[in-house]
Amino acid sequence: MTILMRFALDSLRVMLRGGPRYYALLAVLVLGVLVGLAAYVQQLQHGLIVTGMGDQVTWGVYIANFTFLVGVAAAAVMVVIPAYVFGDAEMKRVVLIAEAMAVAACALALLFVIVDLGRPDRMLNIVPLLSHVNFPRSLLAWDVVVIPGYLVINLVIPAAVLFANYRGRTLSHRRMMPVILLAILWAIALHVVTAFLYVADVAKPFWHSPLLGPRFLASAFASGPALLLGVLHVLDAVTSLRLSDGVRRLLANITAIALQINLVMLAAEIFTELYRPTEHSLSARYLFLGLGEADGLVIWIRAAIAMEVTAVAILMVPRLQRATAPLLCACALTVFGVWIEKGMGLVVPGFIPTPLGEVVEYVPTMVETLVSLGLWCLGTLIFVLLARPIIAINEGVLGENP
Amino acid sequence: MGSRVTRRRALRVLGASLGGSAFAYAVAPVAAFVQATNKEEFLQQHYRELTEAGLADVLRRLEAETARDYGADVSIRDPRPLPDVQFGYALNLSVCIGCRKCAEACHHENNHDRRTNNSYIRVLEMTQGTMDMEQGRADYDHAVPAPGKYYMPVQCQQCENPPCVDVCPVQATWKEDDGVVVVDYNWCIGCRYCEAACPYHARRFNWHKPEIPADEINPDQAYLSNRVRPQGVVEKCHFCLHRTREGRLPACLEACPTGARVFGNLLDPESEIRWVLANKRVFVLKEELGTNPRFFYFFDT
Repeated sequence: MTILMRFALDSLRVMLRGGPRYYALLAVLVLGVLVGLAAYVQQLQHGLIVTGMGDQVTWGVYIANFTFLVGVAAAAVMVVIPAYVFGDAEMKRVVLIAEAMAVAACALALLFVIVDLGRPDRMLNIVPLLSHVNFPRSLLAWDVVVIPGYLVINLVIPAAVLFANYRGRTLSHRRMMPVILLAILWAIALHVVTAFLYVADVAKPFWHSPLLGPRFLASAFASGPALLLGVLHVLDAVTSLRLSDGVRRLLANITAIALQINLVMLAAEIFTELYRPTEHSLSARYLFLGLGEADGLVIWIRAAIAMEVTAVAILMVPRLQRATAPLLCACALTVFGVWIEKGMGLVVPGFIPTPLGEVVEYVPTMVETLVSLGLWCLGTLIFVLLARPIIAINEGVLGENP
Repeated sequence: MGSRVTRRRALRVLGASLGGSAFAYAVAPVAAFVQATNKEEFLQQHYRELTEAGLADVLRRLEAETARDYGADVSIRDPRPLPDVQFGYALNLSVCIGCRKCAEACHHENNHDRRTNNSYIRVLEMTQGTMDMEQGRADYDHAVPAPGKYYMPVQCQQCENPPCVDVCPVQATWKEDDGVVVVDYNWCIGCRYCEAACPYHARRFNWHKPEIPADEINPDQAYLSNRVRPQGVVEKCHFCLHRTREGRLPACLEACPTGARVFGNLLDPESEIRWVLANKRVFVLKEELGTNPRFFYFFDT
């Protein structure tokens, strides 16, 4: 028990101590969180009227971010599988970072749902076992089970691995395997459940498509590894963690392949919706072509497709993939492209037109933007705090007998 | 040693105090919000778990809240579904002239927010020759009936198989024994999944606290129907259950100048609605979705 206590205290110490640059980073993030909090307080006081949403478009940038982040969280398996199942030594060195990212993304996804609620004070109504949860009928109830579950799994595994490393030991492969397999299946389930939340909605032809689940997975397995690769480059530059060529190549290749699968499915979707457009294609027409004057998302979705195509082009040329600047550029394009395509580009067009044919567009307000930015700062903060002890222990700076 | 004020320490103190005051500023209204949320409301059970005495307490509390917040003296009851009654509604598209009197009556009867002019009924102006609702317009603003147009009022279809009930994560909405789909406004968490799931755009959300002058509040209220809704919850048409469960007709029907609306008990073979269903060419909206509406449309000729 005392070793565990010391492990916790030592971890806490590295989280809270650092150089001036580290403190500056923490200060900026905390400031961002406070600004977001102040904006959220406005929303609590006056109601969701301060957002750009309404009875026509009832979900906006909060749920868009939620959807994107669930994908980022699920994508940690793309590192977990090579590291634990195939025992890839280089991936093992970064797997804890990937899991820290999954934890931050899960926490953030939950928070984005909470800030979208009209009555956050009744949040306990949705907690399983405690209340009248509509399980298994409501897919949102499933999400409330799978997201915190995934969060816990991704806290427990790294904590156990880290604690063993702290004591200078390694966990036995065989004892970890069942939990690892659970984590892998859970990640897939997490993302499929979130896709089904939309697919289940027969009132929205744009979402009611069997392609949505597979497309969620493909885009997640592109954006997640791309984000991780970008983060690892930063950590390589500013901490003692080193990003090896093997990890770099594997993550870049995963991104490249997943992104192409995603683009193929996107093309299939565009063809199906637009070759002979039916009444049910109106949302897709709004998104890709615009409905008369209403064309707010057209420029965004076209930019997203251009970003994804450019990213694939960079990643598929070995010489470009090996160079740092183009690779980072491809990562950024992938992350932003998928964020647009699977966030606003998925959620908002579903509501346009409404089931009764009304066309009302949606633009987020300043309050929504600040709350979202504040939450992203909070997510980054969570990740940074988790990454500190991981790096310190893995690099042997911190341990029972350092 | 403590008297030496280095630049670094000064910066730290300055930073901490600035950060501290910013934080205090940001969270101050939260304390006010917590105080405003009362304990009884927070601890209230789900409607279907309330005992008779518990329900009575809740109704009195809600009456007191309406008096406090709106200055209106109201009475809130809880009429239950009647045995052997299944409500149904039919609307004659041949005689509807699109005057929106039904929507207006709903607005007043059900204590809707005045600022947004909310109503549970949307009247679509349709062009002759199409049944495609995507071509209808709800925002028409001219004398009615306009030539070449017909009108289709749409409200909750009280589906036999309601998608909105399926998706609610907390069972805050359900179908009552007489077929009316209701919402417990004190249990809803405001996620709006039901609003997204409704193929008839029948649900509304309280984006802000409803604004109604005291003298315009309809004091004849029920827990599951027209009592003033809290901010941040979903609401919908409830077939005026505070009237219909006590033998009266829905407000929208009484307001209709053309007699386009027919309401009644589907289980009563002598009812007018049964006659309409048996003798008119009746259809329901979006039949292909399998929601089985209890709201029917028909043409006279």
